[in-house]
Amino acid sequence: MRNLIAAAFCLATTPAFALNVCVEGAYPPFSETSADGSLVGFDIDMANALCEQVGETCTLVKVDWDGIIPALLEKKCDAIVASMSSTEERKQVIDFTAKYYQVPNEFVGRADSGIDPAAPGGLDGKVVGAQRGTIHQAYVEKHYPGVQLTLYGSQDEAILDLTSGRIDLIVGDAIQLEEGFVNTPAGEGYARVGEQFFDPEIHGEGAAVGVRKGDTELRDKLSAAILALRESGKYDEIQKKYFKIDIYGS
Amino acid sequence: MRVDLVLENWRLFAAGTWMTLQLTFLALLIGFVIALPSGIARSRKTPFWSQLVNAYVYLFRGTPLLVQTFLIYYGLSQFEWVRDSWAWTFLRSPWWCALIAFALNSGSYATEIIRGAIETTPRGEIEAANALGLSKRQVDFLVLIPSAMRRALPQYGNEVVFMLHGSAIASVITLQDILGAGRTLNARYYLAYEGFLTAAALYMVLTFVLVFLFRQLEGHYLKHLRPRSA
Repeated sequence: MRNLIAAAFCLATTPAFALNVCVEGAYPPFSETSADGSLVGFDIDMANALCEQVGETCTLVKVDWDGIIPALLEKKCDAIVASMSSTEERKQVIDFTAKYYQVPNEFVGRADSGIDPAAPGGLDGKVVGAQRGTIHQAYVEKHYPGVQLTLYGSQDEAILDLTSGRIDLIVGDAIQLEEGFVNTPAGEGYARVGEQFFDPEIHGEGAAVGVRKGDTELRDKLSAAILALRESGKYDEIQKKYFKIDIYGS
Repeated sequence: MRVDLVLENWRLFAAGTWMTLQLTFLALLIGFVIALPSGIARSRKTPFWSQLVNAYVYLFRGTPLLVQTFLIYYGLSQFEWVRDSWAWTFLRSPWWCALIAFALNSGSYATEIIRGAIETTPRGEIEAANALGLSKRQVDFLVLIPSAMRRALPQYGNEVVFMLHGSAIASVITLQDILGAGRTLNARYYLAYEGFLTAAALYMVLTFVLVFLFRQLEGHYLKHLRPRSA
């Protein structure tokens, strides 16, 4: 019904096709819900900039990570801008644009934990928190079968349980964990554990915009828009608000 | 509908069902142990205890189970003195947090059910027991409580079903119960509803079994209250 009304409205006023963009809103500093309920973060700015670039009016739809691919498939939205890595596994179900950023991944734990992920069996029996249905879950399952993996609906919840001491480590992407947790007041006493890592087989080609399979026109338009934002300096302008380094990757 | 993926992951759902049953029945059991003395205290208006129980019932019936679970799981863990205390051995584990929340919640509802059943005991039953010369204690344990328990059965059956459904909240604090298994299946294969549909079917089967069992119990224990057939 809402779609019908929206469609009728579009026909009546503007020929432009309005895009619904799924975002998560629980992944600071990429995507977070501020105290007044509005969405802020790198992903949010990026989504708006991409829409502007392709000349479409966008509505951001906040969807839990768990349901974000299903929401795309069921046309609750037309694109996902949610720091989603473009992986082989996900490509079975949806299509991705070119990447819009790529960062390594890491474990975070208490600064004095003394845990060494590189040592053989170094994580055996440790409790590691990860967001359900992410590359991070897949990475730990593949490389650390001896780990007791606890799955959370959002990264925020995993961080809460790390600070309460229920879990030993959390796994996630480096920038998100550093900027969203370690370098904030809540992250005092916590630090990266071990080296950063990137396994192309699992981590794919970096974070990209997800679209439905067959939406090639939209996919190509958005891919071109990402490059255009890089060229125009708009990308830098946005990322400077959040990060000290260039997160686009090589 | 990807039935094949559901069947392939039957172990996930089997473990989830076990977790749900465990939490539900342990919570009901502990809840009942809390509710029996509480319900009696409430119906007797025992000084102090009655007020204490009143406050407990108000608190746990007045707030949603989800909020109670969050408060126990995420709330208590924010305090350092909680984390340093012996209680942390239990509160650390999501399973114990869920069980504590569910048991206290179920206990508050069961208290009211038992109170209601005791208060609506027909006067005649007590008078008859007194006339037989039973002591106060005997009246309580041989007449009042058994009679109230029987009449509480239908309502308590509802509470059991509510607790089963309420236990789905365990999945939001990382437990792999039936709903947790469904969410994991959905997340693993990027499905929208297969996991939820399977979970719904499992909850429904369990509910039907419970409803059937309570029918049988009611048929047995409430026989004397049924109109006599000619």
